[in-house]
Amino acid sequence: MSKIDDDVGGDNDNESNSKPPRPPAGNGKPAVSIAKRQTNRRRVLRTILLTGGVLGAAMSGFLPLVYAQKKRLRPPGALDEKDFLGSCIKCGQCVQVCPVSAIKLADLIDGVGVGTPYIDPRAQACDFSCDAVQCILACPTGSLTYHKPDFLPVRPGAALAAKPILIAKQNDPEPTLNMHERIGVARLSRPEACLAVQGKGFKGQTRGPDFKGQLRYMTVDRWKPVKVSSHPYDVAECDLCVRECPVKGAISIETVFAPDGSKRKSPVVHEPCVGCGVCEMVCPVEPTAITIEAGEVWKI
Amino acid sequence: MSELLKRRFVDQIKVLFGAEPTKPKEISPAAQQIHFYKKGNRDLIAEKLHARAHAEHKNTWRNRRWATLLFANLLFTLSFFLDIQILEGALTASRFVGFHLIDLNSALQVMLAHKHIINNLLIGTGTVLILWVLLGGRTFCSWVCPYHLLAEWAEKIHVYLAKKKLVTDQTMDRRLRTVFWIIFALLALATGYTVFEAISPTGILSRALIYGPGLALLWVLALLFFEVFFSRRAWCRYACPIGLTYGVVGIVSPVRIIYKLDGCFHEGDCRKVCLVPHVLDTVIKGRAVEKEVPIGPDCTRCGLCVDTCPTGSLSFEVKGLSKLA
Repeated sequence: MSKIDDDVGGDNDNESNSKPPRPPAGNGKPAVSIAKRQTNRRRVLRTILLTGGVLGAAMSGFLPLVYAQKKRLRPPGALDEKDFLGSCIKCGQCVQVCPVSAIKLADLIDGVGVGTPYIDPRAQACDFSCDAVQCILACPTGSLTYHKPDFLPVRPGAALAAKPILIAKQNDPEPTLNMHERIGVARLSRPEACLAVQGKGFKGQTRGPDFKGQLRYMTVDRWKPVKVSSHPYDVAECDLCVRECPVKGAISIETVFAPDGSKRKSPVVHEPCVGCGVCEMVCPVEPTAITIEAGEVWKI
Repeated sequence: MSELLKRRFVDQIKVLFGAEPTKPKEISPAAQQIHFYKKGNRDLIAEKLHARAHAEHKNTWRNRRWATLLFANLLFTLSFFLDIQILEGALTASRFVGFHLIDLNSALQVMLAHKHIINNLLIGTGTVLILWVLLGGRTFCSWVCPYHLLAEWAEKIHVYLAKKKLVTDQTMDRRLRTVFWIIFALLALATGYTVFEAISPTGILSRALIYGPGLALLWVLALLFFEVFFSRRAWCRYACPIGLTYGVVGIVSPVRIIYKLDGCFHEGDCRKVCLVPHVLDTVIKGRAVEKEVPIGPDCTRCGLCVDTCPTGSLSFEVKGLSKLA
């Protein structure tokens, strides 16, 4: 169709020196002129180049798997990372149903696969204000699931001993969340910074006036999550992580012995923790004293 | 269907997978008569010049198509933005007032990678399969795919630059698309990861329209840049596995463009505007095997040729139904 006017003269010389022009109609095929053959050869080269280009770009799709240093928290009910990446169709229906917009879709540089959903609990945790884990219901491919298919193993420690009881609906006939595995687990990563450990209280807006995160406060409205900044605290001893934890028996303030033998208060994470991240979101110290370890399992 | 059209149908399927269209070995007597009548007919040539000079420039089908494409994509965006829940999700998978719809190629990638198919996935894929069998397979490309629209505009720039002799269309081997389809299917199967979804401009654009722009759009820009300056419609023509998947669906679809040999002047305007000109090989002088020849499954049913044709020799047809336009 088109003529190619780029210069490949050297190539041309090689060709005409090494091979004589194809004999006309030698093998039943029509004779092809040298110019036509050259055009065809360039076309093949271009085709190979495009192949390389597209496949190279496709390989970049694997980078998140290779370079993912930090595991990201996936939405509730997510399969283990490798299975999740294989099954997620990247449609974002989980994003659309989340009432607190906790779920985001990853971009090129987030390192978890373009278009796959994740939760950044410090910015906006999953507080289960949908009551029924809507994201699992919305997922069309079973990437987020209530029940894993039989052939997928459950990692030891990931299974929940019992369905978690949602404090918000503990008086309902069915108080549990239909979840069988945790998505992560909370850990007091910086005990030295924890206000409870220091025996300090907390007064004011946790995370400051500009924080956009939302939370369902049962004392405000069961059906409508409000901004965390609109709900100031005044507590003599900080227990925000325990106070706001949506899951029954997942975390409590306990008296523990410090290495020097002195008695201290400290938040302690228990087996029912599902890894939703509300404790990380409401922790008033910067950076947070309690963090969610994505995909980790609960240990005593 | 005559024996000749059956043979042509098989050839068209080969063309879908990347074969170059060939001259027909046999032409029906009725068609042959018309070909012979047209040969060197001065009256006809004069009539052709007259008709072309007076041809009205129509954009009927293009406008309908653009409106549909924008509406479908905006419906996704508005459903989320206004929370009206009519069409939730993105082009890869969605729910239309509750009914699952899942893009065939994305579904295939997920099935191959995950090797486990849940009911919702099966239902959604089945619904979409039926939908596009009824609507014409690659109709998806030109009537829904958001990348198609951008590529159409990029193509306009490319054609303009080519006319000014600033760029030349670097054509490639169309079999490449079939190769890509196989490579991406095998990669999904072997690695358990939906590799193609990471670079699918359709998915990236659809998500960008709904959930906001991201850096992944750079890849889409790179593709458009390549198409403007190097190779006309390269992604859609030589690379996109989604197109091939829907092309296969189009094999059995009743919606298609039909070519009528009678009035055609063979001036080739249709081939100049066509995204997939190889499907219009039948309009070349002396190639039509029958008086009426349906266009093959790689056709995106975009209707540009219908708009362009000065003689009305190309039109939409639903097999078994009366003509649409």
